Amino acid sequence: MTALLEVEDLRVAYGKIQAVKGISFSVEAGQIVTLIGTNGAGKTTTLRTLSGLLKPVGGQIRFNGKSLKKVPAHQIVSMGLAHSPEGRHIFPRMTIEDNLLLGAFLRKDKSGIEQDVQRAYDLFPILGERRKQAAGTLSGGEQQMLAMGRALMSRPKLLMLDEPSMGLSPLMMQKIMATIAELKAQGTTILLVEQNAQAALSLADRGYVMEVGNIVLSGSGQELLHDESVRKAYLGED
Amino acid sequence: MNELPQQLVNGLLLGSMYGLVAIGYTMVYGIVQLINFAHGEIFMVGGFGALTVYLYVLPDGTSMWVALPLMLLGAIIVSVLTAIGAERFAYRPLRGAPRLAPLITAIGLSLALQQAVWAWYPGGEDSLNFPQIEGGPFEIGSVTIQTGDIFLFVVAPISMAILAYFVMRTRTGRGMQATAQDPDTAKLMGINTDRIIVIAFALGAAFAAVGAVAYGLKYGQVQFRMGFILGLKAFTAAVLGGIGNIYGAMIGGLALGIAETLATAYIADIPGMHQFGSQSWADVWAFVLLILVLLFRPQGLLGERVADRA
Repeated sequence: MTALLEVEDLRVAYGKIQAVKGISFSVEAGQIVTLIGTNGAGKTTTLRTLSGLLKPVGGQIRFNGKSLKKVPAHQIVSMGLAHSPEGRHIFPRMTIEDNLLLGAFLRKDKSGIEQDVQRAYDLFPILGERRKQAAGTLSGGEQQMLAMGRALMSRPKLLMLDEPSMGLSPLMMQKIMATIAELKAQGTTILLVEQNAQAALSLADRGYVMEVGNIVLSGSGQELLHDESVRKAYLGED
Repeated sequence: MNELPQQLVNGLLLGSMYGLVAIGYTMVYGIVQLINFAHGEIFMVGGFGALTVYLYVLPDGTSMWVALPLMLLGAIIVSVLTAIGAERFAYRPLRGAPRLAPLITAIGLSLALQQAVWAWYPGGEDSLNFPQIEGGPFEIGSVTIQTGDIFLFVVAPISMAILAYFVMRTRTGRGMQATAQDPDTAKLMGINTDRIIVIAFALGAAFAAVGAVAYGLKYGQVQFRMGFILGLKAFTAAVLGGIGNIYGAMIGGLALGIAETLATAYIADIPGMHQFGSQSWADVWAFVLLILVLLFRPQGLLGERVADRA
């Protein structure tokens, strides 16, 4: 069986500086796969390339059997790949409801969209209570919920989450991680980028460790969680 | 002082014309952060588009009530096509270039369009008479609406209502707002931001064209340089309202029209100011207002933004 997402020898550069230096990984349907690593490892660059915001200088990206290399960014979401970006990037001066509707921008099924807006409010009740409020007035954790809810509005085959726990209180982080587990239980395939390696690996079926543009280690979430070098470098143990 | 209501109405009518043109500045700025200084000329060619329909397309003696909708259509077509062409061939190749480059291009394009009309439009080197509506003036209570203003009185509020509905309630309008706030994330939503940029130019041009027909009817003539001062005034209106905010453009236009009209009407009554009351000082007061806004409220009347909290 071929994977939902297959990345092969992907290389991305900003001018002359190579940020991603030939990485290969894959995501099977139904899995949570995580990329972990420190700042500057190339995780966000990888996700931005997958969703078309950056153009690779080499390698292959196959999603659901099709190459993504020549597809413009605005068409990628319609193929089933949704991206909740680092730093959340909600639309601050639009209402929460309009933000969610933008997540369904390419869908035409009105009743289905309404159902999914309701589903987002069920998943994150605070968003439902504030649906007419400008999204910029939400707290960081609430904005993260909105960014995730918005990404789900396209009914993606693969949901990419970039640093969903960044800058959140421990309590809010737990809530977000629990939601990710819940989404998986509902059958959503997730590619998760995190600096919080402990939380990410506990949830993940498979993990990849990135360092300065390369994947240096891979394994199941549990394997990596118990790997000595990972424990030293990313879980703060000596 | 019972002429005050009349002055306010005059100001609102003049201001709604500024507002119609200001929308194009603010919309394009909101989406691509470009001050399109050729927008005054996009407005101007609309006036000539309307005149062309009247002089060269419709049979002589066509009633203005029949001609006017067709002239409006002609104005919109000419302005929109000019704006789309400008976006495609002048601005798009410079996207991602330093901001000075498209700004200089805009000024160049502005001069080129003026000179093209001057050189190639039959009689374009002089002012050309614009056909007028018959009848009027119209009395509403103690207030008189001049015949040349009745088009503005009817069409400006309708245009602005359509725009507000389009931006706030339609899918494309939401796409425009999203693109203005965060273009990369808009792409992640599936929004074709290149297309949104073209729509912003086209929409701004359409409203400028409506403004141009209003101008022709109000002043009875069109001229290749008519977009210069009016463009600056509309730009002032956009800054006054808060550039990037479409309601700001409308409110800024109205505020500027009222301020200019009241200044012209009443400033001579202030002791020692009698020599500043004539119509020729109107432009001065408009730009004094711009300077005051830039000094004391540079974000404009509605330019306050919701904080993007971390």
